[in-house]
Amino acid sequence: MNDLATYNFAYLDEQTKRMIRRAILKAIAIPGYQVPFASREMPMPYGWGTGGVQVTASILGPGDVLKVIDQGADDTTNAVSIRAFFQKVANVAVTTRTKEATIIQTRHRIPEETLKEGQTLVYQVPIPEPLRFLEPRETETRKMHALEEYGLMHVKLYEDIARNGHIATTYAYPVKVEGRYVMDPSPTPKFDNPKMHMSEALQLFGAGREKRIYAVPPYTEVVSLDFEDHPFEIQKFDKPCALCGAENVYLDEVVLDDKGGRMFVCSDTDHCEDRRAHGHAGHMLARPTPESQEAAE
Amino acid sequence: MAAQSQIYAGAFADPVFQAQSVFRTLMDGFARPGTVASFSALAAPPSPLGRASGAVALTLCDHDTSVWLSPALAKSAVPQWIAFHTGAPMTETKDDARFAFIEKGAAVPSFDQFALGTQEYPDRSTTLVIEIEALSGGRSLIAKGAGIKDETVIAPEGLPDLFLDFWAANRAIFPRGIDLVLTAGDAVLCLPRTTKLERE
Amino acid sequence: MYVAVKGGEAAIANAHRLLADRRRGDRALPSITIEQVVEQLGLAVDRVMAEASLYDRALAALAVRQARGDMIEAIFILRAYRTTLPRFGYSEPIDTAKIKVERRVSATYKDLPGGQLLGPTFDYTHRLLDPSLIAEETVAEPAVKEPGEHVMRVSDILDGEGLIEGDGRMPEGHVMGDLTREPMEFPMARDLRLQALARGDEGFLLALAYSTQRGYGRTHPFVGEVRIGEVEVELDLPEVGFAVSLGVIRVTECQMVNQFKGSAKQPPQFTRGYGLVFGQSERKAMSMSLVDRALRTDEFSEDIVAPAQDQEFVISHADNVQATGFVEHLKLPHYVDFQAELDLVRRMRRDYEAARTGGEDGMKEAAE
Repeated sequence: MNDLATYNFAYLDEQTKRMIRRAILKAIAIPGYQVPFASREMPMPYGWGTGGVQVTASILGPGDVLKVIDQGADDTTNAVSIRAFFQKVANVAVTTRTKEATIIQTRHRIPEETLKEGQTLVYQVPIPEPLRFLEPRETETRKMHALEEYGLMHVKLYEDIARNGHIATTYAYPVKVEGRYVMDPSPTPKFDNPKMHMSEALQLFGAGREKRIYAVPPYTEVVSLDFEDHPFEIQKFDKPCALCGAENVYLDEVVLDDKGGRMFVCSDTDHCEDRRAHGHAGHMLARPTPESQEAAE
Repeated sequence: MAAQSQIYAGAFADPVFQAQSVFRTLMDGFARPGTVASFSALAAPPSPLGRASGAVALTLCDHDTSVWLSPALAKSAVPQWIAFHTGAPMTETKDDARFAFIEKGAAVPSFDQFALGTQEYPDRSTTLVIEIEALSGGRSLIAKGAGIKDETVIAPEGLPDLFLDFWAANRAIFPRGIDLVLTAGDAVLCLPRTTKLERE
Repeated sequence: MYVAVKGGEAAIANAHRLLADRRRGDRALPSITIEQVVEQLGLAVDRVMAEASLYDRALAALAVRQARGDMIEAIFILRAYRTTLPRFGYSEPIDTAKIKVERRVSATYKDLPGGQLLGPTFDYTHRLLDPSLIAEETVAEPAVKEPGEHVMRVSDILDGEGLIEGDGRMPEGHVMGDLTREPMEFPMARDLRLQALARGDEGFLLALAYSTQRGYGRTHPFVGEVRIGEVEVELDLPEVGFAVSLGVIRVTECQMVNQFKGSAKQPPQFTRGYGLVFGQSERKAMSMSLVDRALRTDEFSEDIVAPAQDQEFVISHADNVQATGFVEHLKLPHYVDFQAELDLVRRMRRDYEAARTGGEDGMKEAAE
């Protein structure tokens, strides 16, 4: 039983890594297509990033610098937990700075900082099939992708417009990749969709429970589905970030009291800190005092 | 019968990290088609399999991947070398193969003889690993497609005469099709099925 | 002024310390040993082994203890360990005719060769709380302690008469699948379905099996036989030219005999549903056999009219490690997506109010 503590570099055995690596190469060769893979049980629950973790573990090397975010933040508990996992099993260098990372594993956000060539963004994906909520059967949705039969998705989006006057999908907003496959960008807010288009970075998507890997290579067309009379638009916020004053970034709403007091702050914590370090300030920014420094630790 | 030493030697000294580094080069290569890169880890397979091709075999092949070898490779010590180091089963049927290896100068079968995947599962296709004379210095080809900003020029030397015809036919059946790894010495150039090629 | 919340790392460490404290409980009491769990909570250990697909009583007991008795958590821990183990080869199929039975009952015959053997069953115990278990109990020695002998399988009796279909052969040339090594694909052949059911959640399979009895995909079942006992596991070693024994495991097998009218091609005969589970778990083996039979619609040209017959539905949702992970992941932060929804609902609300009040007022409100 003492062997329990010995695991391979990056936890996965070599055979599993090879299987995942082969799936990743095929995924890159067929952008937006979901490659089935024999997902393994991981030491964290399904639905908590096992797909992303398996992808990261299979590509990670000793020279990498890893960043893990959840909701855009490096300090959310699940991001902390996954980062600690890789520090433990791969002894990998970690960072919270987007610029310094070679691999960024994410749940629900794409960093605000434009990603560069040589960086890989690994998405954790709960339900990889964009057609799943229209058709629960894998046997059917696979046929639809094979025949490039995406009418159902357009009908759904159009019904939204008829009923609400808007496309009511605000996150996991479907995209078409290289003019062929309709793909689920994972539950990122649609605000982030344009960042996927012609990105310099490689984007890999891992769905552990659903056993699928897919990819968007760099410089690849990623178009959000829309209609001529209802073009795709992203969310706009009325105010800048209350801490760093950033505009045109995605904001979290923070409830301050029970009297309706609230503020909006950057969801991307690294971006916000970086801006503040460079002297930008929003209207609610606390000037660092010894006490608040302590409280922040 | 091949010398035993040829079969048992020539694998990675540090399999975990060397396989990782070769894979990353391949991943970057498929993500940025047309880029020429050198493997930092190399294999020393029996002749006539090249060193880079051998590294690809060690990195990606195992019990679950059947391998097709060109006639000359099949007659050499290479099948035993691959079997010993990776456990991969050999197949004589091209469209059963997950990987196919062809040595420098050998005849290249038309790509449609290999597994092309199905419309439902286009990933179930062969990855061809072909060693050629050199990855540059040949006739220039313009490459476009996913992974390539605008366009890039490649000039592999020693491609089969009908290569562009094979490739156009492969491109035409997208999303089905084979994917290609060209090797020369210790360098590699990847061409996923998405890449469009034309003469300059 | 606002200071962002930090310190996820410290919070996690503190939570885990508290968990360890609660697991240990009152320090004045001796802690439970793994041996005690193996010996005295054996059926919990069996369930964990079955659904984790790993036969190791000590590790399963460790998982039960580590999980504070939470069965699905224990199954999860053991599965995550199993997945890291190297694979030396595939054992030969176990021969359940050679089980040394300690329990064997048939509902289809009054008496049969080998007899009805009740074994260590809860059946016919009166479910009255037993105060004698509160104190240190003294227990009498049983009449028979060791598992007994081989007895013939009930299905073989019917088979001898040709009245039951053959013992589940896969089509010629079929390569046996491995659920843990290949991505799932539907339609799924019976070998893979049985693997999925064998590690499937006991409660889920029980409910599905129950539903078939209540008319949702009825299969007219009779328990041909339930047997529990020990059987040898062998590995074929081509190098030595024969199979070597790896050891002995306890399993529960259920052969359900189901009605079938026959067709133009086949004479009337009974059909089978099959269940096989690690350890002693009659409920699981019986449920599995009912669901197995219900899922064989394509073989008997039956219409799929009930959930238990729908393989994509059953197999996709039978795994409790997957299910618990995905259900529980909803407690992870989702505030980024919620913000997107909030924004949309507020916008739609403004449109709605504007449309309702109409005219100048509405326009003013919408502009705010």
